[in-house]
Amino acid sequence: MAEVISPLVIVILVGALASYMWRALGVALSGRIDPDGPVVRWVACVAYAVLAALIARMILLPVGSLADVPVASRLLAAGVALGAFYLARRHLPLGVAAGGAALTLLSYWT
Amino acid sequence: MSTEAGSQPVYARACASRRAAFAAGMRDSIGSPALVLGASFVGFGSLLRELDISLWLGYLSIVITWALPAQVATIEMFARDAPLVAVFIAVALINFRFLPMTVAMMPLLRQPGGRAWRLYLLAHFVAVTTWVLVMLRGPEMPPDQRRPYFWGGVAMVIPAALGGTTLGYVVAGAVPPQVTHGMIFLNPVFFMLVLLVDLRQRARVYSLLLGAALGPLLHALTPTWGLLLAGLIGGTAAFLADRALSARGLRRG
Repeated sequence: MAEVISPLVIVILVGALASYMWRALGVALSGRIDPDGPVVRWVACVAYAVLAALIARMILLPVGSLADVPVASRLLAAGVALGAFYLARRHLPLGVAAGGAALTLLSYWT
Repeated sequence: MSTEAGSQPVYARACASRRAAFAAGMRDSIGSPALVLGASFVGFGSLLRELDISLWLGYLSIVITWALPAQVATIEMFARDAPLVAVFIAVALINFRFLPMTVAMMPLLRQPGGRAWRLYLLAHFVAVTTWVLVMLRGPEMPPDQRRPYFWGGVAMVIPAALGGTTLGYVVAGAVPPQVTHGMIFLNPVFFMLVLLVDLRQRARVYSLLLGAALGPLLHALTPTWGLLLAGLIGGTAAFLADRALSARGLRRG
């Protein structure tokens, strides 16, 4: 059972704690803070930027076997996803499916 | 039931009972919400397979985190040997949205004399899908039916997430590597498009552009802290630029 308490379990617990604390704090502070105040808006900007940085890193510098696919293919597939998303009037499932399919096809190609 | 003497408020979507409200919550999430949510977890499942992580740890992550971007970030940073502090700060920033979301939702769900621990348990399952449903439908329901309605939604979307993850995990291990690549690629593509669905706020657009540009650059400088620095610098710059433009009156003349 030593495997169960692996470093990964600890990382998952830390991630879960970092997620739940805001929800609990939200219950505790409800009615006492303004959800549209400047501090909330600032941290929301930081959150968006972190997510965008994470996405860019996952596309340009991925972990695992996705790194074997040339970066040009990954960028092109992301472009296909964006194109399909906007052509289909911001249809999320269609854009996501188009991106995955494009990367698979490009990955056969190269 | 109304606590105001004399006047009984009329609710457009009142159910016959709390049990019926639970069923209504299930019904309202069974279609597109549960399907889209389940599909978005397919990428998570294939990422687990790709990094040789057991499906059970994936389930654990779903139940105790209940936030897909945070789960993917946690796994991604683990694969890069990021220190725990960096994981904690990154996930905390990514999930900060839960604070204003929960704050906004509590007035709908809090009842006089209600037990606090129930709200703290319920809050763990606050995430976009169920939050939108309750914010939309909750005001049309009697106050005592809103929590059963929320739990009905949760009872639908958690199996959808577990099912989508299982599907991704099983399929990614059975198909040619090219298809697995496409499935793992669903993760960044999904988050990218989700963020583009609602771009009405200028500050968000700036944050996304700056974060995406700074992320890979700062990662090259410092792989451990690049993500956080990109978020702090990009987000703060976006916030300040938006404020400066608003102050100059470019938004509302």
